[in-house]
Amino acid sequence: MKELFDLFLAFARIGALTFGGGYAMLPMLQKEVVDKYHWATEDELMDYYAIGQCTPGIIAVNTATFIGYKRRGLIGAAFSTLGMVFPSLVIITVIAAFIQNFAHIEAVQHAFAGIRVAVCVLILTAVIKLGKNAIKDKAGLVIFLLVVAGGILLSASPVLIVVLAAVAGVVIRKVRGRA
Amino acid sequence: MVYLYLFLEFFKTGLFSVGGGLATLPFLYQIAERYDWLPIELIPDMIAVAESTPGPIGINMATYAGFNAAGVLGGVLATLSLVLPSYIIIILISRFLEKFRDSKLVDAAFYGLRPAVAGLITVAGWEIFRIALFNADLFGAGGNILDLFNFKAIILFALLFYLVKKFNKHPIFYIAGAAVVGIVFRF
Repeated sequence: MKELFDLFLAFARIGALTFGGGYAMLPMLQKEVVDKYHWATEDELMDYYAIGQCTPGIIAVNTATFIGYKRRGLIGAAFSTLGMVFPSLVIITVIAAFIQNFAHIEAVQHAFAGIRVAVCVLILTAVIKLGKNAIKDKAGLVIFLLVVAGGILLSASPVLIVVLAAVAGVVIRKVRGRA
Repeated sequence: MVYLYLFLEFFKTGLFSVGGGLATLPFLYQIAERYDWLPIELIPDMIAVAESTPGPIGINMATYAGFNAAGVLGGVLATLSLVLPSYIIIILISRFLEKFRDSKLVDAAFYGLRPAVAGLITVAGWEIFRIALFNADLFGAGGNILDLFNFKAIILFALLFYLVKKFNKHPIFYIAGAAVVGIVFRF
């Protein structure tokens, strides 16, 4: 029982103290999971993290589920996953309620108009970084351009694009394997 | 009824968004296009709040969207629906971890998925650019090409892009700075 609460609290701490998820979360994960509780070795954590990146869903949550399941099965996975999302639930609910109540104030509207510009910059830098890692060859570039064209011109469904892209990856590798 | 849609849409988002961070963004746009409980103008604000607060960005955005649609319960439901597919998939994978890690099939699928995810986020980013940097409505009404560009916003955009490239500080600094500029210069 104690370990279940430890799982919840450790991942709640990680969720509450890291901004941005993804890579920002890795040092906190190492501190709690490897150094403090010895729930997994450094190598195991890196494996979970790597697999968490190539499975659907939020990377941090995927990693939490792995650790919880490894320690205490289905219940452990539930405690660690809920721990991971708990701080977000509380913090975001409070902020969203706050914004809803103050959204009509003119200064708040100006502030958010400015913030939107900052969000554009953040997305552009994220896309540049992601693109550099993701687009390694001509086939990758073609897939990228097709998705952008399909998304903007045809408003193609992201679900369809994700499925087609995965199939395309498998087909391209198969064809190259034979050549 | 909104609860049922929240569950279905965020379950789908959790099931198909791969690559973390902003990967849920294209799905949020699709939800905004389909339902009136998620106004499209809210999405940039959600990103700003999600990036400036602790916790994974995808979770933060789901909580925000759910809360906006149906209060506290909506926020909880959207968030739990988003993580449910992960929970199921990770538990299945845990049972044959080695096989999954060394699978050529998984590797090949990701060869196609990675550039596609970059493309999907680019499309979602384009939607935000349209709202923040251009005045499509004003241009449509007057037909004056100069009305199309929101010059104040574009100048701030160029300045912030330069600062991000140069200093690479945490996003919260740029968001806070942009909020101050927005108030002072009446964006």
